[in-house]
Amino acid sequence: MIERTPILDFVTHALLIFSLVALLIPLWVVFVAASHDFQTVNQVPMPLLPGGHFLENISTAWERGNFERVMLNSLIVAGGVTIGKIVTAALSAFSIVYFSYRMRMVVFWLIFITLMLPLEVRIVPTYAVAADALRPFESMLNFIGLEIDLPQWNLLNSYSGLILPLIATATGTFLYRQFFLTVPDELTEAAKMDGAGPLRFFLQVLMPLSKTNMAALATIMFVWSWNQYLWPLLVVTDQQNFATATMQLQKVVPGPSFGEPPVWNVAMAANLIVLTPPVLVTLLLQRWFVRGLIQTDK
Amino acid sequence: MEKRVTFSNLWLAAAFIAPQIILIFVFFYWPTGEAFYWAVTLEPPFGGENEWVGFQNFRNVFEDPKYWGSVQVSLAFAFCATVLSLAIAALLALFVDRRLPGHQLYKFIYFLPYALAAPAVGLAFRFIFSPEAGFVSAINRIFPDLWNPALDGNDAFIMIVLAQAWMMVGYNFIFFLAALQSIPRTVTEAGAMDGAGVLRRMWDIQLPLITPTLFFLIVINITDSFVNSFGIVDITTAGGPARATDLMVYKIYADGFQGKDYSLAAAQSIVLMLLIVALTFIQFRYVERRVHYS
Repeated sequence: MIERTPILDFVTHALLIFSLVALLIPLWVVFVAASHDFQTVNQVPMPLLPGGHFLENISTAWERGNFERVMLNSLIVAGGVTIGKIVTAALSAFSIVYFSYRMRMVVFWLIFITLMLPLEVRIVPTYAVAADALRPFESMLNFIGLEIDLPQWNLLNSYSGLILPLIATATGTFLYRQFFLTVPDELTEAAKMDGAGPLRFFLQVLMPLSKTNMAALATIMFVWSWNQYLWPLLVVTDQQNFATATMQLQKVVPGPSFGEPPVWNVAMAANLIVLTPPVLVTLLLQRWFVRGLIQTDK
Repeated sequence: MEKRVTFSNLWLAAAFIAPQIILIFVFFYWPTGEAFYWAVTLEPPFGGENEWVGFQNFRNVFEDPKYWGSVQVSLAFAFCATVLSLAIAALLALFVDRRLPGHQLYKFIYFLPYALAAPAVGLAFRFIFSPEAGFVSAINRIFPDLWNPALDGNDAFIMIVLAQAWMMVGYNFIFFLAALQSIPRTVTEAGAMDGAGVLRRMWDIQLPLITPTLFFLIVINITDSFVNSFGIVDITTAGGPARATDLMVYKIYADGFQGKDYSLAAAQSIVLMLLIVALTFIQFRYVERRVHYS
């Protein structure tokens, strides 16, 4: 806008810089606390500049939280959920948009409704299903009169238990559906004319075209699944082998009942370890992340 | 909207849709149905078939003052965190949208808290607001015993509201900014020609034009405060002190998994589900009314 507003410009900058500092203070405090030794971190008031024990605290936290294993688990889970979401979303959107069958709209609404209830709201029954994932099928079969005993398939303490229930919502399906609807019909006609079947059209025409969608969805799903907390907490009791990174946070902060001052420097170092991967992803891929956020939530 | 050109291999169509359908059947529809089943039955203490008890579980839930306490805390939490983070985010977005030098940097940073995991934010805030060490404890040096979230319910409540609002500011900011940037420049320019200053234009032109986004964000924020707050509460206060931060999802978790009372937890889950479904319907009504420029 062509107008001179020096005072307002100054106020704008002041406000924005003040908010910037205010928003970053919690992160700064975490970093500073992670860089001091036990005595200094428990001083009141605490120091505002970082000390020299950063690497030492990080390595203590790394050991204590079993982070070598745990980070790998989180990576597997976040990667699995991301890939699973993208694949099921793209496939089901393709089926809904590019084939015409009568159940299409029913299926569409069945998928759509799942957006309403996040996992946290239905944890109790979902947990029961995870303890025996074939039970729904067994009950269905019994209901129609077939007395078949399916083997028990326990998902607790397994990667599938951590991953599959998180895939089962429809976030990406609509992103893909909207995108497929914008792809011109001429493209499909041309592909058909050249003798391409649906599979070939999907893999060689639609998938390359939807690269941007895929990147956007991938960044947002990765961060979302890395940050999952309640579900892993329930599914994993075998903490040695299947704990995820966010779960470890509960362990590094000792409860007040222990009667000793909490080891804040190590706790904050562990916190930094846990929050680094999603922060890196969002900072490096922010363009995709923002795009995915705005498109999936509409 | 439909495609004019479609494929006819229906087996393939079924194979493509199958993974999604199986997943949502097993992990969404079945559990949701089972929640209803549990809510109207009671598990006998010594095993065997569940016993039909009608609305007894709901009656137990609704007659429990602790449940109403939890509802009250959840609503207060949703209200405070939503208002706080929306107000800050709207203010920041309006000023960043002036596009003074450096606005890209602000955009980059403001958004960051949203990328963090709720328990990580909880742990950070627990340290910052802890009464015996950390950042805010300095206040207690000057005014002894003024601040103690481990003992004082109000302090604990303020702490989790701040943590939730801090997380959501970045998210709301991104949506407000996108809405502001989609307002055609001609509209604000016309305002400027008529002599409206920067602040006047914000108040009378830009804010009214982003109200659809505001409604959308209100619903998203309330839902998120019900759902995502578990991580914050579990790490910072565990529902205490004296149930001052016992949010609904946390209570379901505590009753269902620590108290092992599935029926009670299922009845509570259903109340929460209905609440969230109602919110979603409200959201769709407003999304339909999104402002379009042409």
